[in-house]
Amino acid sequence: MTKRAKSLAAERRRKTTLSVVLAVICVIYVLPVVSVLINSFKKNTYVKTDTFALPTGDMWAGFDNFKTGMTFGNYPFLKSVLYSVIITILSTFLILLFTSMAAWYIARVNSFVCKIFYYLCVFSMVVPFQMVMFTLSKTADTLKLNTPWTIPIVYLGFGAGLAIFMFVGFVKSIPVEIEEAASIDGCGPLRTYFMVVLPMLKPTMISVGILEIMWIWNDYLLPSLVLDINKYRTIPIHIQYLKGSYGTVDLGATMALILMSIIPVIVFYLICQKYIIKGVAAGAVKG
Amino acid sequence: MKKGIFKNPLRRWGWLFLGPMAIAFIIGFVWPFFQGIFLSFCKFKIVTKATFVGFDNYVKAIKDASFMHSFWYTALFAVVSLVLINVLAFTVAYLLTQGIKGSNLFRTVFFMPNLIGGIVLGYIWSMIFDGVLSMFDTSILLESKYGFWGLIILMCWQQIGYMMIIYIAGLQAVPEDMLEAAKIDGATKTQTLFRVVIPNVMPSITICTFLSLTNGFKLFDQNLALTGGLPFEIQPDGSSIKTTEMLALNIYNTFSGSSISAHGTAQAKAVLFFILVAAIGLVQLGITRKREVQQ
Repeated sequence: MTKRAKSLAAERRRKTTLSVVLAVICVIYVLPVVSVLINSFKKNTYVKTDTFALPTGDMWAGFDNFKTGMTFGNYPFLKSVLYSVIITILSTFLILLFTSMAAWYIARVNSFVCKIFYYLCVFSMVVPFQMVMFTLSKTADTLKLNTPWTIPIVYLGFGAGLAIFMFVGFVKSIPVEIEEAASIDGCGPLRTYFMVVLPMLKPTMISVGILEIMWIWNDYLLPSLVLDINKYRTIPIHIQYLKGSYGTVDLGATMALILMSIIPVIVFYLICQKYIIKGVAAGAVKG
Repeated sequence: MKKGIFKNPLRRWGWLFLGPMAIAFIIGFVWPFFQGIFLSFCKFKIVTKATFVGFDNYVKAIKDASFMHSFWYTALFAVVSLVLINVLAFTVAYLLTQGIKGSNLFRTVFFMPNLIGGIVLGYIWSMIFDGVLSMFDTSILLESKYGFWGLIILMCWQQIGYMMIIYIAGLQAVPEDMLEAAKIDGATKTQTLFRVVIPNVMPSITICTFLSLTNGFKLFDQNLALTGGLPFEIQPDGSSIKTTEMLALNIYNTFSGSSISAHGTAQAKAVLFFILVAAIGLVQLGITRKREVQQ
């Protein structure tokens, strides 16, 4: 008996030690984000020399960095936030709607054309963006897809692969009889889709939506090549161009901008954590 | 028979269901892809004025010292990051499935860096590395080994959480009775780990290995934001190469080059890059498919 009690106590001690070790690692893990927070309140000249010091005394800049950050880089920060939001929401909406419709059609009709599109989509998942980077930006230019309101079409095209793959996989797993029943009851294909199929697709919709939002929100190269940079900038483009421009860079203001751009992402993550982790796991296993 | 009743009405709606996605897919992928392959055999400054030159571009691409340097640099980076990320992610996942307190909180924290975009990550870390290195009067832009390990640290920070999620899913699927049987047979913790747990999570290991390999090869944003390829190194023949420039960045920089033949060479490089990445992807697909059949 005592032996067993001893081993249980040892087990508990081991687990507590593990918890402490992991907690320490966790603190180290968030340090980069914390240092962004610290430095966004620090005067520019001290960011490089006293990166890890708290912004006290002379170093304290208050909210000055945030104020200068708003117009820093000759482009209003809020405008780039607005464009990022527009592009992300519009593209994700288009992708979810049209790829799920196409996936249903592909899975149910399964004609020769469907098969061609399906395999092209699967194939497109292994093609790196650099392969089509030049020709895609030229095509988008010719077709006037270079504004925040039309670039979602480019995202729908280039991002269709994974979405189609995941939706087709899911549609194949739902029994066709449910749709047949709807069709016998007099539902046309359009109503069958929106009233019967779409509600069943919800879990996959969330997974695909999360993956697309994460990709499009953070994407730098595609919008920087397709959009007219002087007029339209997304957050990643804006931040890249702060350093790209000549002259000394205001590091304090840069950190303030970085902080403002990651806070919404972290809030979004904390709210939808369950779905995000599930979506990522689903996308990884399949892609 | 049954299917026939249902299929017919839907067939006529192809223009609505398949149409929008098909058009966008042709604009966004199919046309640029085939045009890209065609242009890799051409000399061009603008797309409409291309003259066929055969394999010239490919010869130039392979002879380009900066391209070959970036290839080996990328390969080394991909392998080192693959080993580090997977070993660390597996360890963390293993610890988090031991039923210790606060597992959920730890998981949340470890996964967080994944949501931050590559460009932003690059600038966060360049500030941190410069903060540390400035104490030694140097900078991440001055020595290529700092750039290499800096990028490794950055990628570990970002990717460990992602791989950890996949490993946790795999570890949770290990049959409970197998673990119990091992315990009853008197297997030690280490024996159980290597003889029971790891063989059971092999599918997850395969997925993560290939994911980190392709991620390593395709890396662009972080590379651009952290070092942008700096520092330069002057070659014996007078040309200069960027020592921390990876494949994707090298292709990007070749496209922005000003000489008339640069675009063709860049497109040829892009095709070679595509073949490399696609080959890795197809091997992965083959392996995961095979496993599915076995099950």
